[in-house]
Parts: sequence; C-alpha cells; structure tokens
Amino acid sequence: MKCGVVVFPGSNCDHDCYHILKHIFELDTEWVWHKDSADLDAFDFVVLPGGFSYGDYLRAGAISRFSPVMKAVVRYAQKGGKVLGICNGFQILVESGLLPGALMQNRWQKFICKPVFTRVESTDTPFTSLCRERPILRIPIAHHGGRYFAQEDTLKAMQDNQQIVLKYCEPGGTVSEASNPNGSMDNIAGVANEKKNVFGMMPHPERSADPLWPDQDGQLIFKSLIQSF
Amino acid sequence: MPKSKKSEALPEVTPDVVAQHGLTVQEYKRIVDLIGRAPNFTELGIFSVMWSEHCSYKSSRPYLKQLPTEGPRVLQGPGENAGVVDIGDGQAVVFKIESHNHPSFIEPHQGAATGVGGIMRDIFTMGARPIALLNSLRFGDLSDPRTRYLLNGVVDGISSYGNCTGVPTVGGEIYFDACYNGNILVNAFCLGLVQTDKIFLAKAGGVGNPVIYVGAKTGRDGIHGASLLASSEFDETTEDKRPTVQVGDPFTEKLLIETCLELFKKDWVIGVQDMGAAGLTSSSFEMAGNSGTGIEFDLSQVPLREEGMTAYEILLSESQERMLFVVKKGHENEALAILDKWGLDGAVVGQVIESPVVRINYQGKEVVNLPISPVVEGALNLKRPKSKPQYLSEVQHLDLTELAEPPRGDEALIKLLGAPNISSKEWVYEQYDHMVRLNTLVLPGSDAAVMRIPDSSKAVALSVDCNSRYCYLDPFWGAQIAVAECARNIVCSGGTPIGLTNCLNFGNPEKPEIMWQFEQAVLGIAEACKFFDIPVVSGNVSLYNETKGKAIFPTPTVAVVGLLENLENHCTQWFKNSGDAIGLIGLTLEEISGSEYLKQMFERCQGKPPQLDKKQERSVQEFCLELIRGKWIQSAHDCSDGGMAVAAVESCITGPEKALGATLNLESTLRKDALLFGESQSRILISFAEGKGESIARMARKNEVPFAIIGRVGGSRFTVNINGDEFIHQEIQALKNIWKNLIGDYARQVS
Amino acid sequence: MLAKIHVTYKKGVLDTQGQAVHHALTDLGYNEVKQVTVGKYMEVHLKGLSEENAKDRVREMCEKLLANTVIESYRYTLSPTE
Repeated sequence: MKCGVVVFPGSNCDHDCYHILKHIFELDTEWVWHKDSADLDAFDFVVLPGGFSYGDYLRAGAISRFSPVMKAVVRYAQKGGKVLGICNGFQILVESGLLPGALMQNRWQKFICKPVFTRVESTDTPFTSLCRERPILRIPIAHHGGRYFAQEDTLKAMQDNQQIVLKYCEPGGTVSEASNPNGSMDNIAGVANEKKNVFGMMPHPERSADPLWPDQDGQLIFKSLIQSF
Repeated sequence: MPKSKKSEALPEVTPDVVAQHGLTVQEYKRIVDLIGRAPNFTELGIFSVMWSEHCSYKSSRPYLKQLPTEGPRVLQGPGENAGVVDIGDGQAVVFKIESHNHPSFIEPHQGAATGVGGIMRDIFTMGARPIALLNSLRFGDLSDPRTRYLLNGVVDGISSYGNCTGVPTVGGEIYFDACYNGNILVNAFCLGLVQTDKIFLAKAGGVGNPVIYVGAKTGRDGIHGASLLASSEFDETTEDKRPTVQVGDPFTEKLLIETCLELFKKDWVIGVQDMGAAGLTSSSFEMAGNSGTGIEFDLSQVPLREEGMTAYEILLSESQERMLFVVKKGHENEALAILDKWGLDGAVVGQVIESPVVRINYQGKEVVNLPISPVVEGALNLKRPKSKPQYLSEVQHLDLTELAEPPRGDEALIKLLGAPNISSKEWVYEQYDHMVRLNTLVLPGSDAAVMRIPDSSKAVALSVDCNSRYCYLDPFWGAQIAVAECARNIVCSGGTPIGLTNCLNFGNPEKPEIMWQFEQAVLGIAEACKFFDIPVVSGNVSLYNETKGKAIFPTPTVAVVGLLENLENHCTQWFKNSGDAIGLIGLTLEEISGSEYLKQMFERCQGKPPQLDKKQERSVQEFCLELIRGKWIQSAHDCSDGGMAVAAVESCITGPEKALGATLNLESTLRKDALLFGESQSRILISFAEGKGESIARMARKNEVPFAIIGRVGGSRFTVNINGDEFIHQEIQALKNIWKNLIGDYARQVS
Repeated sequence: MLAKIHVTYKKGVLDTQGQAVHHALTDLGYNEVKQVTVGKYMEVHLKGLSEENAKDRVREMCEKLLANTVIESYRYTLSPTE
C-alpha cells in the first residue's frame, strides 16, 4: 500500500505523519512537495498534515489552497481518492472547498495543546470503520484555529448525510459544553465530505499512534483507513 | 530620513555623538589608538555595538573564566553559537540558554518571540535540528498592574513563535516576585541534535569564497537594540525606545531551519553565522575573526525591505531570521537554488579576502574599512569595583523563635498550593505545542522534560532552574543550589547530567554590590559544576536588569541536560498506584529561612538559604538513579519550593489520570512547619510497591544515604500525622483545584 | 490605485475577538459600548488599472483569497495613489 504526505512550506507535523505511516504501519510512504501538481493516482491515500502552512497568514489554510499540489488533490478527491486532513490539513481542505464549513479562531483566542476526548459519530466512513467497538478516542489537539462553523442549512445537510464524524466529548462520551475545547459548533471535531472519501479532523491521530506512549487511540483512524482497501 | 539616493555626508563624530553611542571618552580614545585614525560615523556605530556590554561581555568576561568548560563529552565549549556535548553513537546535543529580558519588557509579545527565534538560530547554525525549547520566565508581583499584560504577552509570543516553527516547547519555570516588577526575565533555551561529523562553525575560510546573505530582508528594526537597550538601566525614556524592538516572523524561521539543514548536507558549505544582535556587523566580523581572514562586501546587494536605508542602518539593523553563509567558490548558484526552493531571499553580498579587515562598499563608495581584531577583541576588560552589599547583614539573620509555630498545617498548605510560584503552570504550557515531532516522552508538569533521541534507544532530560530568593540571600550558595537542584530534577527523571548552560541575569554592573553578587554567583556555579562534574558549555550574561536604581534579585539561571542511555528508564514525579509506599531520600533539617513558606505566611525573605552538603547531594542523586534504573520505584520528585508537603501533594495531583490521595506518618523533633514546608536540600520523594521497602532501605544504608518510609498512596484525602497527631487533613481534589486554576484565572482577568 | 479593504465576520458568525474586546472595555468602565467587531484591514496597491477594471479585480481577489465568504464579508474603497 502506498501513501503520500503533502509538504507545504510551514507544515510541521509532516515528519510525524510520515513516521507513523512508514515506521509503525510499515506503508510505502512518500513526500509530496507542494509545488508538485502531478497526478496523485499512484497513491492509495494522501495525508495533509498539521502545521502552520504559510505561517497561517491571512487565514489558516487560505494561501496553501492555491499551492499547485492542491489542484492535484482536488482532482484526486473528485475521482474518489481518499484524503485525510489533520489540523492544518483540515483547515486547508475547508478553505479549498473539499470539505464544508469553516474553521475559526478558538473561542478563548489561545493556542491549546492537550489530550481531549472525542466521540465517533459515524463509523460509516473509511476513516472510522474500526471505531464501532470503541467509539471514544483520547487524542491530543494542538491548534489556534479549530472552532468549526457552518451555516445552518449546511449543517443540516451534513447531519442528514452523517458527515459529522467526530465530536468533542467527556471521558464517558457525553457531548457537553464543558468538553468543547475551542467553541466548535455542536462540538464538531471532524467532518467528511458527502462521499466520505475526504475527512478532516482537528485532533492529531499521529500523536497517539506510536506504541512508545500509552495513548494509542489515534491508531484506529489509520487502521480503519488501511483496512478500507 | 530623506529618501534621496545621493550619498549624503555622514554626521560628524563629535563627543556628543560618541556619548550617544554609549561609548566613554576612554573607549573612544582606545578606538583611535587601535585603528590609528578617527572612525567615521558608520564605523563608530560598529564599535558601539561590538563593544557594548551585550556583545563584548566587558564586565563579565574575566569572571567567566572560572567556570569548568571541559569534559570527556564536550565537543564545543563556550565561544561558539552554542555548546556541543557528545551523547555517543556519532550523535551530539547542541544547547544554549539566552536572555531576551529588555526587549520583552518593552514589547512582551515580540520580545519573547524574537528571543525564541534567536536561540533557535544559535542551535541550527551549528548544523543541528532544534528538537526542544524551554524557557525560564520571571515576572513581577501579581498585584503589579503590568504583570498580567506582560505574562499574557510573553506567553503569547513564545507560543506563536515556537508553535509555528514546529519545535516543541517542553518545559521551563515561571516565578513571580516584586523584584521583577521593573525588569522581567525571559530566558529561552533550545536544544538540537547533530551528527558529530556535521557540526558547523562560524567560519569564513578560503580567500575568494563567496559570502551569501540568506533569509528575511533587512529593514530598520532593532537598530541599537543590543547596545543601547540591553546595556543600560531602564528609566522614564525606556518607553520611547520601543521602535528598536524587532518583529519576528516564525514562518520565515521555519523555512530558514529547513533551508539551512538542507544546505548543511552539502560539502561545499564552509561556515555560517546567525545575524543576531548587531546583525550583519557582528556576523561578518565574527566569522572572519574566527578564521583569520577578512571579508569584503557590497551593501547594495543586501535584500532590503525599506527604501533609502543608509549603510549605518543596514549594518546595525537587527531584522530577524537572517544568516550569513560562506560557501566554496562556484557553488553559489546551487546555494541560491536551495533558497529559491524554500522561497527565501538570498544574495551573494561579498567574498572572503586575505587581509584581516572588513571592507564595506555601498553605492560605489567605501563606507567601512576596519581591522578585525580591534573590533572583536578590542573592548576593554573592565575591572569594575566590587563590594559586599550592606543589605546582607540585615537579611541573613532569622530568629525562628519570632515565628509562631502554627497548630495545624492545613492553612499553610492551602496557601502554598495557591501561591503563584507553586501553583500549576498548565495555563501556560497548554499554549505551547509540546508534542510536535513525537519525541516528548515526559510532557511538561514533571521535574524535567524527557525527549527521546529519534532513531535510537536514548533520551535526554532537560530542566531549567534558579531560586533567586536564595541567590539574593547568598549568591554563592544560591547559585550552587541552582546547579544542585537542576541536576536533581534531571536525576529524578532518570538522566545523568552531562552538561550545563547558564543565563546570568543581574542588575547594573557599574554598582560594586552588583559586581560582587555576580562574582559570587559565578564562583558558586563554578564550584558546584566542578564538584558534580558538569561542564558549562555555553551561556549568556544579561546585566543592567535594573530600573530607576532598583535591581532584580541576582538570577543565575541554569539549564542542565541529562542523558538516559535507555529511554525506558525515564521516571515521572507523580504517584502511580494506590497502595504504594512513599519514601523520602535525604535529610530534613530545621530550615525555614528563604522558603516560600516564610514568604507566604510571614511575608519575609530572610535568613540564609538552606544548607547544601554537596557530598550528600551526590550520594542522594546516585542512589536515586540506581533505584530508577533498577526499576525499584514508581515515581521520584525533588523536594523544593514548599518543602516535603508540597512535593507530596504534587505527586498526588500532577499525573494525567485522577488525583490519588496519600497519608504521611512522620516522627520528628523538628518544628512541624520546618519539617513539612522547610526547603532542606538533597531530598527526593519516591514511591514504590510496598514489598520493596526493605530492600530499598538496605540499599540506602549501603550507600550511606538517609532514607525513611514515610507513608502510603491511596484514598481521596491528603493526611499528615506528626508524632501520632494529625497535622493536615484535606480532600485531595480540593487541593488540586486550588493548585490548578490560579495562574489561568489570574491571566484571564481584565485589569 | 489604492484599494482599502475591510474584512469582517458575517452577521450571525460569533466574533470571539470582538466579544473579548467588548468584555474588556466594559470591565474598564466603558459601559456605553454596545458592540465590538474585530476585523482585518488591508491595503492593496495596484498598478496600471482603470477604476472600472480595478473594481472587478479587487472583488475577485476578495472572493478568491482575501475573505473566506463562508464566514466573512468584505467591503472596499478605491482611491488614486500619488
């Protein structure tokens, strides 16, 4: 199985994603440089990693979406290719229109780095299919702009189509105001597109996937993806 | 400033102009003597920054020679951008701590951000990838109106800069004391990893080799930041100096890191230097000075951000995120292609020449022609007068009988846990990305951060420490305690200390009392480092931390790096299991002086710092390491501020899971408050499976280390009984809440 | 030609910065403050365009990059530069 990790100028979780895919899951993993607009068809899936692409200047993801590689990502996604966007990768997917809604500055204007609990709302996606038995995941977040927003009708359509995949929750699974770290609408932490082949999430599954640490819930996301083929 | 492109006449060098540049009449005469003529205005500017306290260390250099800088692992001691220590298998760690105090007080966000940027560049200029940041921050009293603004600004600055560059900020310390009301301290530490055969130095060898400017464009920011801001006291005019604060661009820094690391793979890179304080000037003089060569360059080639800049401005600009490279002739285009790939500005600005001078042309005219050694080494080593401060005889005396012994300890414990110096710093470190790059084995909130070394079974432990109250009461012993305690933090995490870097923050060196403090603290660090065999490999001196005549407490901050040959042997400070036994390694004396307890309960900073028996300290540390490596214990935590009681509560509440209760049963003839809240040195609180107690006690006797089993983990309360009488009894969750929320609640208020 | 562009959140989108500033102003005793909006202000210097052309180009820039029209609205003015 072959996967690509896209590198934008300012990506900084690219090495982490690469490490997990290559060394923990032993996949054939390649870097994809942002200036590269060649087809991505050779990859089984593509990851847009976290970081501060273009310094998050203007809006997180706003400049990266015009990188040549994003033309290829859009083509790839339209053909049904699987795309996982993590944190800044999620922000880029939203800015590029591959995912609905927008990601805004956190409710308290501060960067937040800490482990949070999320509940898998839909296991009917290639990214979460293995979470049926274990729907509550403890995965770290690390972002300044993760407050999800969508217009009411968009949100309604997403609900109807089960595109809301991850929600922040308490350790027991209750979705509450107190467990919402950034003020996201409806506690949304991750969403998919209509066809469910594009998925973006603010928590960092690659940060809880290395067996060196006790928390390994992030593995379920990657394992689901790998098993979906 | 007129925007005319015609070369204007330079201002004349008059005695007034010399004084404005912070140079004395004597220094000016020396310049004239050394170069055999009067300098022109631009050249005067160069001397002014290069001979400033900040760049030349003219007050401190003679003392720094006392520090032990060598050891079998030391590959590079002080003198380069950072120190390098071998960790085996062809790898080395590169580290340094540096102050950015004055800029941070004037503009906290940018001041702190550029401090982080500067220290990172010091590390990656050596060829190392930065893998961890720490910082030591000191603010004024919480009641001072500026403290909240400064705290928020500094943390924001560090967070926005560090996070964006993808280097995790994994630990540090924060203290609050009224002595920092007029001068906060922002000391930033960075550690990088390098292959021992790929270490780069600031060299400009090979006549004819091109000099390449890399990074951000040059603007007018920060001109004279180093010489005027960090080399004089603050007063009413300080606010007006705000325009000299530089603005950081972490995105460019991130690109610069990746660009440099890519360039370093090429065998045609000769040398590199960061343009830090005094920018293009210091980097070119230093590179040539280190190689016995000269440099000739043309300022017209320098990428500029603003129009109409004069040679003086270009040379002294402290615009951030810039480097100077020397590469082998013929490889300039390859170098520029790598810059282009990462989208950075760059240009060939000059070349290495044989004659040991720096010659600078601008717009077709020679504007500077100076021999290197007078500029780099010519500053006088000042023998500033010293005298023991008067205040010491007053403050060093403390009569314990004047202090009423409290009937119970609950009130003091609650007060201490809610004191800003002890309470949780979670609000701060949650704003730092402390996990990026997946190396942080022990996250912030334990005695030391532990970082795995990628692709190896090793790890390094990092800690930064200084109790400046002790240093105020006795700088010689206070500095020794800083070293001992920082090393103890490393040991509690499972590491063997292998190197130290220091940031010496003091008041105005022109005052004999301050010079005395400085000398004593340096001697203290030297003494402790020699005893514990920890080489000092890099460091930084920050003087003039003084506002309107009021100096900060002497604050010789030290950062110690420790090595874990096997990363599985890392240890954390929190209790792991209900039912485990609690033990105390080390001896508790009747010491209250200088403690946080004395400060919180009696509002005094008095007495002598706790005693430090270095031999005992060493035995305690060696014993603790033996226990960790033999897998005897579940946790180890240094007893420091707030004493044994606070250490025990911290072990109950700092773990990632739910808080655990504990009961301590103590037998002692000491004052109860001294027993629980005194800050006797060389003590470590451990926990272990109950059945192991006897073996551990036997090992302690063999090692001649005082040891006692003092309690047990479990329940939902924290209880202390002394000689059979209950002295403290509290719900552990309630204690946790008091400890957890103070700083965040404070910072979020609007003043 | 100089385009002065203001980007602010659309009505109904929670402006947390605006709220925080409002809160701070109230705490400082400015009770007359009814609402605060925090947005972005940009200056784009243009060359060689007629005013008519410039209008279209600036609108396009806003739609495409300078504002995220899911959450933000924009307005701009054009003036001649020296």
